[in-house]
Amino acid sequence: MSQYVLRRLIATIPILLGVTIVVFMFLHLIPGDPARVILGERATPEALEQVREQLGLNDPLYVQYLRFIGRLLKGDLGRSVVSNTRVSRELAARFPATIELAVAAMIIATLIGVPAGIISATRQYSIFDHASMFVALLGVSMPIFWLGLMLLWLFALELGWFPMSARLNVTIDLRTITGLFVLDSVLTGNLAALKNSLAHLVLPGLALGTIPMAVIARMTRSSMLEVMHQDYIRTAHAKGLAERIVIIKHGLKNALIPVVTVMGLQFGFLLGGAVMTETIFSWPGVGRLAFDAIMNRDFPVLQGSILLISCVFVFINLVVDVTYAYLDPRIHYD
Amino acid sequence: MRGASLWRDAWRRLLRNRSAVAGGVLVLVLAIVAVAAPLIAPYDPLAPSLGDRLSPPSAAHWLGTDDLGRDILSRMIYGARVSLQVGILAVALALAAGAVLGIVAGYYGGLPDNFIMRVMDVMLAFPSVLLAIGIVAVMGPSLGNAMIAIGIVSIPVFARIVRSSTLQVKSNEYVEAARALGASDARIIFRHVLPNCMAPLIVQATLGIATAILDAAGLSFLGLGAQPPAPEWGAMLSGGRAFLRIAPWVTAFPGIAIVLLVMGFNLFGDGLRDALDPRLKR
Repeated sequence: MSQYVLRRLIATIPILLGVTIVVFMFLHLIPGDPARVILGERATPEALEQVREQLGLNDPLYVQYLRFIGRLLKGDLGRSVVSNTRVSRELAARFPATIELAVAAMIIATLIGVPAGIISATRQYSIFDHASMFVALLGVSMPIFWLGLMLLWLFALELGWFPMSARLNVTIDLRTITGLFVLDSVLTGNLAALKNSLAHLVLPGLALGTIPMAVIARMTRSSMLEVMHQDYIRTAHAKGLAERIVIIKHGLKNALIPVVTVMGLQFGFLLGGAVMTETIFSWPGVGRLAFDAIMNRDFPVLQGSILLISCVFVFINLVVDVTYAYLDPRIHYD
Repeated sequence: MRGASLWRDAWRRLLRNRSAVAGGVLVLVLAIVAVAAPLIAPYDPLAPSLGDRLSPPSAAHWLGTDDLGRDILSRMIYGARVSLQVGILAVALALAAGAVLGIVAGYYGGLPDNFIMRVMDVMLAFPSVLLAIGIVAVMGPSLGNAMIAIGIVSIPVFARIVRSSTLQVKSNEYVEAARALGASDARIIFRHVLPNCMAPLIVQATLGIATAILDAAGLSFLGLGAQPPAPEWGAMLSGGRAFLRIAPWVTAFPGIAIVLLVMGFNLFGDGLRDALDPRLKR
């Protein structure tokens, strides 16, 4: 097992290197002069030369890449072209917001998706099964930015149940420790901030969590159906065990293995979906940062955001693989 | 004649699957709407009518008008053209590139295989939407570039399918026999390898179109795809954002169109999968 983890860890190194090459190349695959792309058509020759010098664009490509990697290892992602702040600092400030949103979305998705899948499987072809699978189909067919806007319109604008945007009302004071506002409110015993930050999480969490919810519900259902047809389930029934115990102890425990994998993968995709969700709800996370960077042609910030999210994605995939091997001892890896 | 009856069986199973038929009909109807757009759209999708700005759904404008007084129904009808085109072309690009890469990797093995599949692994290491965003941000925002970006990020899935089918087919005795009879690589690839990849490719392509349409709408929503005044669903939706409180219909209806088209492809794709692979039948 530990050998597998080690091998899997080593295997991610070339992947991460590949990711850095792609992100590095973003700036260099641009047809024409990257400096001109950054500064726009009307830039003066002096300004262009300055940016070229600043970004080291006059050196050969491999020198630039090695320098990029060298800086990266020191945690230096360059500076924003717009605000001149360090990209790494900018990312560090925004990252907790994205994590908090993604975790909230995942919790919502799991709390609804798994039970819906179980009930659908245990009552296959019932009205509940048909209804929940139809909702799941809607979930995977729906653009999350549209769902987000509709939630915003109904629950924030029309009904006024939830706040429209941001993470916390400006009137509320919260001492930040981790940057995860819900956790910080608990740690500091700040009840008002806890209530307020949770209220801010509901709509964006629901919007972002819908696709994983649908995928989890479908996966739980099909996995559960497969398990419930196994011999050991029949044996459990034959022993006279209560239906609930058979479903939960014998069925669910085994059915959840593939579900856990899907949950991990979906968590990774959440990070991609965060760009849309954070843009709609003005959520100050990495996704919103990336969107603003696109609008401002702030390539160092865009590069940094994509790099950060992709590295997290790679890491999550690693954790998923290892978890899978741990949960299912029948699987051997070579 | 085994091949012919395999497809005939699949077709029969597909027609018996009610949700697959519903999905197919949905796609077909929207495709007809797209083709017949100039005939059925009540108004010019691009003509502003400043007297009718943001008017709610009415007898004159069934789905209301947007902030420039353009008829939303007409724009949605023309938008079907854009979304279908982008979805199909992006997947065609991914399919073509993925098939070539997958065959080269699977058939020849060794160094090309290693190189191609490692590149695919790296591409899969990005959340696909994010990679597409990066590519369009670099190439410059336009619908064509959005389509190319979505095509590029979808290549690995197709390459993997074709590669694994190729590996499987290659080890069959009939391929060895064909080679012993002096068949060229090209003949083996086109006669034996490709036809055997068809079923999973068709399924993946159908489901891939659904994803491509969603992603294209997303890129347009972010301002990276279709540019104004093009009647694209994602862009229409984004244009309605500022008027969400006073004119929610500008945002609501284009979204419903996206859901219907994507759902059609998803239902049909799921049905195809069940029909083409009876082992998966639950």
